[in-house]
Amino acid sequence: MSEILLEARNLQISFGGVVAADDVSLAIERGKNLAIIGPNGAGKTTFLNICTGWIKPTRGKVYFEGQDVTPLPPRRIVRLGVARAFQIPQLFTEHTALENLLISAAAREQLRHPLQNLHRIRERAEMLHLLDMVGCADVADRLVVELSEGQRKLVDIAVALALRPKLLLMDEPTSGVASSEKFKIMEILVKALSEAKVTSVFVEHDMGIVSRYADEVAVWAAGRLQMQGSPEEILRHPDVIRDVIGEAV
Amino acid sequence: MTFRLAIPALLVLAVAAIPFAAPQLQLLMNLALAKGIAVVGVTVLLRAGQVSFGHALYFAIAAYAAAFLSASMPGADLVLVLVVAVAGAVLSGIIVGLFVVRYRGIFFGMLNLAFSMIFWSILEKFYHYTGGADGIRLPRPTVFGMALERGPFELIMFYLSVALVLLLGWFTMRWFASPAGQIFQTIKTNETRLQYLGVSPQRALLSGYILSAALCGTGGVIMGIVQGVVTPEFAWWIRSGEMVFIAVLGGAGSVAGAFVGAVIYETIRTYASAFAGDVWQMVLGGFLLVIILFAPKGVIGIYDAALARLTGKGRSE
Amino acid sequence: MNLTIFLLALFDGIAYAALVFSVAVGLTLIFGVMRILNVAHGSLYAVGAYLTATLTGYVLALGFAPLLAFPLMIVSAVLVGVLLGGPIEWLLLRRIYNKPEVLQLLVTFAVFMILEDVQRLVWGTQPYFQASALQALGMVKVFGVNYTVYQLILLPLLALTLLVGLRFFLRHTILGKLILATTEDREAAQSIGIDADKVFLVTFIVGAALAGLGGALASPTTSILPGMGADMIVLSFAVVATAGLGQIEGAAFTALLIGLGRSFAVYVWPETAVLVPYLIMLIVLLVRPEGLFGSPTARKI
Repeated sequence: MSEILLEARNLQISFGGVVAADDVSLAIERGKNLAIIGPNGAGKTTFLNICTGWIKPTRGKVYFEGQDVTPLPPRRIVRLGVARAFQIPQLFTEHTALENLLISAAAREQLRHPLQNLHRIRERAEMLHLLDMVGCADVADRLVVELSEGQRKLVDIAVALALRPKLLLMDEPTSGVASSEKFKIMEILVKALSEAKVTSVFVEHDMGIVSRYADEVAVWAAGRLQMQGSPEEILRHPDVIRDVIGEAV
Repeated sequence: MTFRLAIPALLVLAVAAIPFAAPQLQLLMNLALAKGIAVVGVTVLLRAGQVSFGHALYFAIAAYAAAFLSASMPGADLVLVLVVAVAGAVLSGIIVGLFVVRYRGIFFGMLNLAFSMIFWSILEKFYHYTGGADGIRLPRPTVFGMALERGPFELIMFYLSVALVLLLGWFTMRWFASPAGQIFQTIKTNETRLQYLGVSPQRALLSGYILSAALCGTGGVIMGIVQGVVTPEFAWWIRSGEMVFIAVLGGAGSVAGAFVGAVIYETIRTYASAFAGDVWQMVLGGFLLVIILFAPKGVIGIYDAALARLTGKGRSE
Repeated sequence: MNLTIFLLALFDGIAYAALVFSVAVGLTLIFGVMRILNVAHGSLYAVGAYLTATLTGYVLALGFAPLLAFPLMIVSAVLVGVLLGGPIEWLLLRRIYNKPEVLQLLVTFAVFMILEDVQRLVWGTQPYFQASALQALGMVKVFGVNYTVYQLILLPLLALTLLVGLRFFLRHTILGKLILATTEDREAAQSIGIDADKVFLVTFIVGAALAGLGGALASPTTSILPGMGADMIVLSFAVVATAGLGQIEGAAFTALLIGLGRSFAVYVWPETAVLVPYLIMLIVLLVRPEGLFGSPTARKI
C-alpha cells in the first residue's frame, strides 16, 4: 500500500541545445528517501527546479498529491508542502542562524502583526529545537556568513524543515562538507526527517551515503532517467558501476 | 547603555522646548520634522536594499489632496485633512506600488522617478485644476471646530509634528523588528530563499512600499499645512533626491538617523543658502559622495562608533 | 488630422527620435558594458549643448562661417567625453564596481547633482539659443511641407550612422571585441590579458561623448536652459528600459516609437505630450518587464 506523493510525467526541457530533461517520468512514494545519482550536468538540479516551479518544462506535468502544480510559482508549491534545500545554501546573509529559522517559521504561520518582535514569536522554542537537531544550537546567534560551509548547509536544511514540509528536496546535502563529517550529517538528517515524517529526495554523489540512507535510487544521465529501484539492485548494476560510480570514484 | 538612550531623550526635550526657548527656530524645526518623517519613508526602502528617486511623489500627492480638500470644504478639520491626505498617498502608493514592486535596483529607482516626473508635469500642465507652477493655497484647517490664529495654530502643528515623529518613528522601528518587517528586509539579501519559504517577494516589498508612501505623505501634508501653499516643486526630482540624501546622511537604514539628518540638513540649508544658494546642489552632491565613499553608515554610524569608543574606554578603566 | 499636420508630426517625431537615440545609445552602451546606470548622463547631454552654443557663438562672433558649427559639435562631444567622462570613471566609478547597485546609483546621482549646479554656475539661468547650424542647411519641401534639412535629413542620417558605426565598432574592430569580451565575462577577459580597467575607461568616455554629441546636435533645435538634463536622463532611461537595458538596436526602435508617440501627442493633445514617453514605457514594461528586446535572466540556483 504505497501512496504517490509527487509525480513527474514526461518532463521535457533543454537549454540552448543541451537537453536537461528528456521525457522524464518519476514517482516518489510517501515516506521514502529517494536518492538521485548521476554525472554532473545530467539534469538532476534541473529536475528539482522543475518540481518546485522555478523553471517550467516545455512539455510534461508535475503532480503533487494528485494536484497539477506545473503552472504554479515556487511559493505556491512551497505552500502545498514542498520545501527545498540548495547546493549553495540560500540564506539571509544579514541575519543570524536562529533568525533565518524564525523568519521561516514566520512565513509558515504568515505572521503579520506589525508590533510583534520576531524574537518573541511562539515558534522560537520549536526553532531552537530544530537548530539543535541539526547540531547548530551553539551557533544560533551567529550571522550565517560567519558559519562554516557545512553549518550553512545544515541551517539551510533546517530552514526548509521549519516549514514542516511533506516533501523535502535536497541538492547535494553533503557536498562541500569534509568527508569525515558526511555520515554524521546524514545521520542527523535522516533522524530529523523520520522524526518529522518527511519524505525526501536528495541528489548525492557519495555512493556510500546512497547505499546507507536511500530507500530508493534514481539514476540520471544525459537528461534521462535511466533506471529506478532499490539501492541494492541499482548500485550493483553494471551500467551504473561503469557510468556513474566509476566517475564518482 | 543609559548613555545611548539619554542623548536621544535630551535631544527630544531640546526640540520640544524650541517654541519657548528659541521661537525663531520653530518654523525651521517644524519643516525639518516634516521632512524627517518623509525621509523615514525612504529609509524603509533602503532597508530592503532599494532606493527610490521619486518618493516626492507621495509627499506631493498628500499635500495636494489636503489642498483640494480644503478648497472644496472650507474650514475642514485638521484631523480630517491629515487623514484624507495620507489616505491619498497610501492609495496612490498601492497603485504605483503594484507596478514598481516587480522591479529592483536600477529599474525600481528610475521607475519611481518616472512616476514622480509624470505627476510633476501633470501639476504643471493642467493649471486649470492645479494652479500650474504657482500651486494652490492650502488654507489653515480648523482644529476641533475652532478657527485658530496663526500663532496658536503653528504651535499646535509643531507639537503635532513632534508627536508624529515619535509615534511614527517608534512604529517603524517596531515594524522593522516584526516578522513582516524582517521578511521585508530579506529582499535585500535573498529573494530566492524568500520564494522558497512560500512568500511572495513582491507582496513583501509592497507592504514596505505602502508604509513608505504613508510616511512620505505624512511629511508632505505637514509641510503643506505649515507653509500654507503647495506647489509642483513638492513632487520635483530635487525634492526626491534631497530625501535620499538625508536618509544616507543620517545613516542608511536608521530611523533616528533620518530625523537627525533632516535637522542637520534643514539647519545647514537655511544658513548656507545665504552664501551658497547657487551651488547648493553641488555641495549636497559632493557631500553625498564623501559619505558614500568614506562614512557609509552616516551620522548614526559615526555616533555609534564614538559611543563604542567611549563606553569601551569606560570599561577598561 | 490632415496630411500636412500628419507629416509635420511625423517629421518632428523622426527628428526627435534621432536626438534621443544618440543620447540613449551612450547610456545603454555604458550599462551594457559596465552594469552601471549613469544618472549623470543627462547632465553630460546638457553640458554638450551649452558647450556647443558657446563655442559656436564665439566662433561666429569672430566672423567665421556658420558651417563651422558642425565641427564644433564634434569638438564639444569629445570635450565632454574626455574632460568630464574620463575623470568621472577614473576618480569615482572605479571605486564602486563591486559595491551594491544602490550605492552605484547614489554615486552617479551625486555627480548629477553636482553637474546641474556646474551648468548654472558656468552658463547662468538664462536660456541660450544658437540656431546657426540649423539655418545654415536651409529648408526642404516634402509633399508640400517645409521642414529644416538639419532635422529631417541630417539628424536621422547621423543617428543611423551612429547605429551602424557602433555595431561595426563592437563586432569588427579589435577594441570593440575587447569591450564585448569584457562585457561577457570580466574575469575571463582579464585572465587572457585584457586590461578591463582601460576598457571601462574607454567605454565610459565614448558613452559620455555620445551624451555630449546628443546635446550638441540638440543645441540648434531648442533653447538650452537649466533642467534639460533632468528631463533627458529620464527620457533616455525610458527609451533604454523600453528596449531592454544594453540593447543598442532596440534603443533605436524604441527611440522612434517614443519620439513619434510624443510628436503626435503634441498635435492631438498637447498637455499629454510629456506623459506619452512614460506611458509607452509603463505599458511595455507591464507586458514585458525585461523590455521589448531584453531577455529575462533566471538566477542560477
